Amino acid sequence: MGSEPRIGVYICHCGSNIAGTVDTEAVTEFARGLEAVVLARNYVFMCSEPGQEIIQIDIKELCLNRIVVAACSPTMHEATFRRVLEKAGINPYLIEIANIREHCSWVTEDRELATEKAKALVGAAVSRVYYHRPLETRRLPFTPATLVVGGGIAGIQAALEIADAGSPVYLVEREPSIGGHMIQLDKTFPTLDCSSCILTPKMTRVGSHPNIELLSLSRVEEVSGYIGNFRVKIRKKARYIDAEKCNGCGLCQEKCPIKTASEFDMGLGKRKAIYTPFAQAVPNIPVIDTEHCTYFLKGKCRLCEQVCERGAIDFEQQDEVVELEVGSAILASGFGIFDPTPIARYGYGRLNNVITSLEFERLVSSSGPTGGEITLKDGTTPRSVAIVHCVGSRDKNYHEYCSRVCCMYALKYAHLIKEKTAAEVYNYYIDMRCFGKGYEEFYERLSGEGVTFIRGKVGEITDQAGSNEEKGKLVVVAEDTLLGVLTRVPVDMVILCVALEPPPDVAAMARLFNISRSADGFFLERHPKLDPVATTTDGVFVVGCAQGPKDIPDTVAQASAAAARVLALISQGEVEIEAATAVVDERICSGCRYCIPICPYTAISFDEEKMVCQVNEALCKGCGACVGGCPSDAISLSHFTNEQIAAQMEGMLA
Amino acid sequence: MTPVTPLKEVADIISEEGGEALRLCYQCGTCTAACPWNRVRDFVVRRIMHQGQLGITDFEDEEVWLCATCNNCVKRCPRGVEIIDVMRALRRVVTELGVAKVPDSLRLSIKNISGLGNPLGEPEERRADWARDLDVKLYTEGTELLYFPCCIPEYDPSVQKVARAMATILKRAGVDFGILGNRASCCGESVRKAGDEGVFQHLAQNNISSLTELGVKRIMVSSPHCYHTFKNEYPALGGSFSVVHATQYLLEIIKQGRLKLGKEVNLKVAYHDPCYLGRHNGIYEEPREVLRSIPGLELMELADHGEDSLCCGGGGGRIWMETKSGERFSDIRIEQALKLEADVLAVACPYCMLNLNDSVLTLDKGDAIKVRDITELVAEAL
Repeated sequence: MGSEPRIGVYICHCGSNIAGTVDTEAVTEFARGLEAVVLARNYVFMCSEPGQEIIQIDIKELCLNRIVVAACSPTMHEATFRRVLEKAGINPYLIEIANIREHCSWVTEDRELATEKAKALVGAAVSRVYYHRPLETRRLPFTPATLVVGGGIAGIQAALEIADAGSPVYLVEREPSIGGHMIQLDKTFPTLDCSSCILTPKMTRVGSHPNIELLSLSRVEEVSGYIGNFRVKIRKKARYIDAEKCNGCGLCQEKCPIKTASEFDMGLGKRKAIYTPFAQAVPNIPVIDTEHCTYFLKGKCRLCEQVCERGAIDFEQQDEVVELEVGSAILASGFGIFDPTPIARYGYGRLNNVITSLEFERLVSSSGPTGGEITLKDGTTPRSVAIVHCVGSRDKNYHEYCSRVCCMYALKYAHLIKEKTAAEVYNYYIDMRCFGKGYEEFYERLSGEGVTFIRGKVGEITDQAGSNEEKGKLVVVAEDTLLGVLTRVPVDMVILCVALEPPPDVAAMARLFNISRSADGFFLERHPKLDPVATTTDGVFVVGCAQGPKDIPDTVAQASAAAARVLALISQGEVEIEAATAVVDERICSGCRYCIPICPYTAISFDEEKMVCQVNEALCKGCGACVGGCPSDAISLSHFTNEQIAAQMEGMLA
Repeated sequence: MTPVTPLKEVADIISEEGGEALRLCYQCGTCTAACPWNRVRDFVVRRIMHQGQLGITDFEDEEVWLCATCNNCVKRCPRGVEIIDVMRALRRVVTELGVAKVPDSLRLSIKNISGLGNPLGEPEERRADWARDLDVKLYTEGTELLYFPCCIPEYDPSVQKVARAMATILKRAGVDFGILGNRASCCGESVRKAGDEGVFQHLAQNNISSLTELGVKRIMVSSPHCYHTFKNEYPALGGSFSVVHATQYLLEIIKQGRLKLGKEVNLKVAYHDPCYLGRHNGIYEEPREVLRSIPGLELMELADHGEDSLCCGGGGGRIWMETKSGERFSDIRIEQALKLEADVLAVACPYCMLNLNDSVLTLDKGDAIKVRDITELVAEAL
């Protein structure tokens, strides 16, 4: 091959995307005249099979050792053409892409201007590629263990798929039991499957799976490292029960004298100070709530300790912090719900019998505080119920987005109310969003069940009666927009379909795992269409409602998708590290450490012995911030050296 | 049925004047449910929005002139549609393109304002007559504060007591203030809402010239409508002044200790939030704090208070239009005050005063309740 650069230049037409504006023949002719250019060609689609073959053949036959492809943005096909070079037997970094589409033919209609600019861009690329050096992509070993954060359906599905494939999983769940919100639901749309019946088998499998270590009542405290080599600290909060000894008999719960509001039942039911949140909890080990337990508050009682036949109560138990090594992380942290209290005219928190969707789920659940009976606060059965769509969703004043699942569960509630009571049901909607498989059919079924649909966003829910029929009732005021009349409907109960929101600790989680959030607050996926489970942090995936509101089928699909991605990484056994990374010249580095806070990827560390800074090549993304920041000019960026950049500028301005 | 075809040009004109936010309307009906008109008659605000989107507005319909610009719908709209601007746009089309008739009483009032600077058609040189025996000086450069009472307190005999009360208070507190006298013209806020952009611009330029020439820095106003336009609309026309409403200023001088309220006013007072102080400009607390500063006064809250305050019906130029008996919001408001058994319904806006007083008279409840401006109540406590 020889050490003298022999450059081949390829101008792509991209159909008419480039050739429609740029005179590709003229640019090719121009390229032929540049220094060290052995040949220049143009072709209709360089990225196609024949296009790629042209380059490969030329490299072999003409001993080319530098390539310039003038085409679309490097984000599109730099990787494609690098592979071409590899196949042809030369180092993949000996190529430079000139973007004469997004930066040229797509930003002007002026042929002359476009052609002149294309020539300048090609000239720059040619000058630059002259100074390219071969670089090696390094590979690091990939830790085959996976961290799954969140034990709802998303986390459970992902964990099971990875564990079933034979790889170890750590499943971290904040609550005492896995199950998330799905276990709080009664029936699921559109099939009306019993939620617990379809979820508990999966929960049991998680609890007993040899490849899954379940850390419940635990939180992620610290994350460091990079793809293939993450180190995470998990804080396992004290349950005050010895998990080895407890056999889940439930006697302690039975005997405990203290009752308090149950979070699982959304405050509608009670639990004890020592409790499992629900009967099918996994793990089936209780936890002591120190804020209500008499022993922790006053030092008295200890009844649970007395009745426990296994001596499993351990008041002295401490939190435990464990350090885990994993190769990738799947964030399945789920959602929170919008608190409708700020919408004063809906009366939530002020008027009796105005409840949220999750509260209704617990009411209608056979495992709930009323055993599945739909009742008002005073225990009687409602004779009329209003279901209000879009509370806090599709609203500039709260959340602009649509929460996706509410129209469907509103229909579900209508059905359940019709099934269990003789009540009149009114659904107040703006649009009916029934987009999934079986969803529109479910809507048709509900229409047939005698539910009244009123198209209009509810303006007010009031207890101020305007007539005798309204006395003692909740009056729902809304315009029926299809008729153009204002309606007042007196009902006994109002269910607010509240927006899904990111959970309260979403900002802290994003910081821990170094990922972004979109404008709506949910975690940001790498690409909204083509990469919905990956993030811009390699090795960290987001699934389920953590990425945005969605129903169970889509959640499960995303969880499986992320599991597949993780398994692919695990099966490769190693991870490829980008070769264009920063390098500190230790002879010049003065140890001022100015570069360390500059690095957005915390890739630079200080070596105390040598008193110089060092770049962790696996974390470095090659952004160049440290290169610019170093006051001693001690840092250089492979593939973006001063020499290469200067040459690029000279070539452009020639 | 005769099918309807959208008229793009009309839709474009409306969108241009009413702001492009009209395109965002997704017809949810929140505006209709929020509008106080629907307590007394039919007014389907949402339909008017969609007709605007399609350009098929019936400009001859009286509905074009109903909106009192109370801002209840705008505040609740989930898409951020500027509904008041759309209503104003429809009125502009009528006024400027002559496609329908402007209501007579409105036309007359605006004609008066255009010619004589005030809606009552009174002579300009009589504007300062309300102050003739109070030794109130004209504003000159260097005077600390300009007091801008508004045409109604200056010209309307039943409301002049408000301006007089303010002048008395300012003198007692030793404030160095002046008035514009006949150099003032109507601030134009409601003229603009009523669709006469031309007259508004003329009024604003006139006022801005006077204010600038005199080197006015700080203006204190009795009317929330003047407050609104001086603060939010005049700057775009080249007139940036520091504006403060009477209730805000009163609180200021009370807190500074310049104004001492020593006399007891033993009254049960319900406060009516004006739309242009509350919903339009977020001022809810200061008027209440002033009332609480009056010794012996018991402050009460009406149903529909604060952000949910029930409009008196005077905004949007409706103060100069006929409202049928039985369709007056102010009637409902008086009933609400009577239900509380308040002695006084306190207002902070001359239009509210006119409408609510009118309701007290027509409902014949003058023995049961009095309407007073906060300024008057403060003056009673001097």
